[in-house]
Amino acid sequence: MSDVQDYGSNLSDAALSRKYETFSYLPALSTESTRAQIQYIVDKGWNPGIEHTEPENAISNYWYMWKLPLFGETNVDTILAELEACHKAHPDNHVRLLGFDNFAQSAGASMVIYRGVSV
Amino acid sequence: MAKQYDAGVKEYRDTYWTPDYTVLETDILACFKITPQDGVPREEVAAAVAAESSTGTWTTVWTDLLTDLDHYKGRCYAIEDVPGDDTCFYAFVAYPIDLFEEGSVVNILTSLVGNVFGFKALRALRLEDIRFPIAYVMTCNGPPQGIQQERDILNKYGRPLLGCTIKPKLGLSAKNYGRACYEGLRGGLDFTKDDENVNSQPFMRWRARFDFVMEAIHKAEAETGERKGHYLNVTAPTCDEMMKRAEYAKELGAPIIMHDYLTGGLTANTGLAQWCQDNGMLLHIHRAMHAVLDRNPHHGIHFRVLAKVLRLSGGDHLHSGTVVGKLEGDRDATLGWIDIMRDSFIKEDRSRGIFFDQDWGSMPGVIPVASGGIHVWHMPALVAIFGDDSCLQFGGGTLGHPWGNAAGAAANRVAVEACVEARNMGVELEKEGKDILQKAASHSPELKIAMETWKEIKFEFDTVDKIDVAHK
Repeated sequence: MSDVQDYGSNLSDAALSRKYETFSYLPALSTESTRAQIQYIVDKGWNPGIEHTEPENAISNYWYMWKLPLFGETNVDTILAELEACHKAHPDNHVRLLGFDNFAQSAGASMVIYRGVSV
Repeated sequence: MAKQYDAGVKEYRDTYWTPDYTVLETDILACFKITPQDGVPREEVAAAVAAESSTGTWTTVWTDLLTDLDHYKGRCYAIEDVPGDDTCFYAFVAYPIDLFEEGSVVNILTSLVGNVFGFKALRALRLEDIRFPIAYVMTCNGPPQGIQQERDILNKYGRPLLGCTIKPKLGLSAKNYGRACYEGLRGGLDFTKDDENVNSQPFMRWRARFDFVMEAIHKAEAETGERKGHYLNVTAPTCDEMMKRAEYAKELGAPIIMHDYLTGGLTANTGLAQWCQDNGMLLHIHRAMHAVLDRNPHHGIHFRVLAKVLRLSGGDHLHSGTVVGKLEGDRDATLGWIDIMRDSFIKEDRSRGIFFDQDWGSMPGVIPVASGGIHVWHMPALVAIFGDDSCLQFGGGTLGHPWGNAAGAAANRVAVEACVEARNMGVELEKEGKDILQKAASHSPELKIAMETWKEIKFEFDTVDKIDVAHK
């Protein structure tokens, strides 16, 4: 039994336990991967969008929209700069990047780029 | 000039073999693989199939003359060799849309795979494909929510969904069963699942199961901050009992219920799917009994037909085979019926066993569920084969983890996310799968031990039902 490892998650430790969907079970994305993920969204022809929220409200459908979705934006640096600007304005919040697929009328991708501070 | 009545037995081909017929856009088309008895000409037996599955019977009857048989009859309009198999041939039959009740796959199947399958002139008969015209599709209710709506309900984007069937299949008490669900869900699964034969047995009545499982869902949601579900199987001995269980699931706030559409029956399924649409409920569909119908290459109903029938009858998830796991499934054919489940237009493609163009219009798609003998090592291939709009279910591959369900679930969640991240970066999953998993395991002890546990397991048996290709 000593070989068995406990799986630690509980209601009282949000920082340890609370997740926020795609890629939240991986370490924070590297700079290289973040750029590649943005490029993936652009290559799919999806519209990038940025949203943020206090970590404790992450389960809700509607996070705060940062400005408007970046319709037609294909420059990775520009999209990165917007993500950074959102993070600077809301340093304790989760900041996520979405790829809006207007044909499916659904997000084709959604991932937290800046991880907020859980309380 | 009206026809005169001439009693007696006529050859079927005189009436039902019409090689010059131009199919109508509204016709329901079927492709049968016919294995005739020795000495029966192809045209005659093909015409007999068209006749017996539509208006005909073995002899002329005077009441034929009271209607316009030319309007109502099914017609065999083409015959083709089966590549690589001289014992049988393909017959293409067109049925006028007026032969069938609107919105009733029950009615269509009762005609097309009814009495005709026991016809003596046939050694064997298989329904390979059906083309449902858009005019007929529009009369059916279809999937209760559809793929996009499911993603919005569950708040899950850009990755396959992850599930787990609770094992042992039978024998757990409701409270222990709920524990198994809770552990899997808190570890990172989106869904846990009743097995197909979990209904309401003496060891675990349905209502106790629903109560304990819902507590598991609520606790796991509070713990992880993510939305969760459990496919509560409402399959029951009667439709009334089934609806009673569905209503209680709704009362408890369950997001998804489940039905065995073949053993439970298509009438029950269609009614349940409509109820789910009216009540904002997702519907998971299990296909128990399908292999009885679809595995024999010469007799029965191909799974691509059963998949189309389910999309029309209604369901949001359907088990589709894994290609890589413990259960039967040819890769190209599986890719074909996955498209049939999800896409809005599928082109004829014989290399994938698709005999007709199929236009679904705006009918929502069904999420294919890969389940059966899969584990973390299969993850790169599964993500590559199924893509994001799929549900990957690891039963033994979650519960068999040496540290328990939560760790098993976490291992699968880490693996699927690592594969999606790598795919988005342009990495070829099936080629680089080992590196991707090993890199991911370096920060996940749960994944590392899972990879050590299941390293050697493979299921490499040849497929029984293959696409027909020339091999001579």
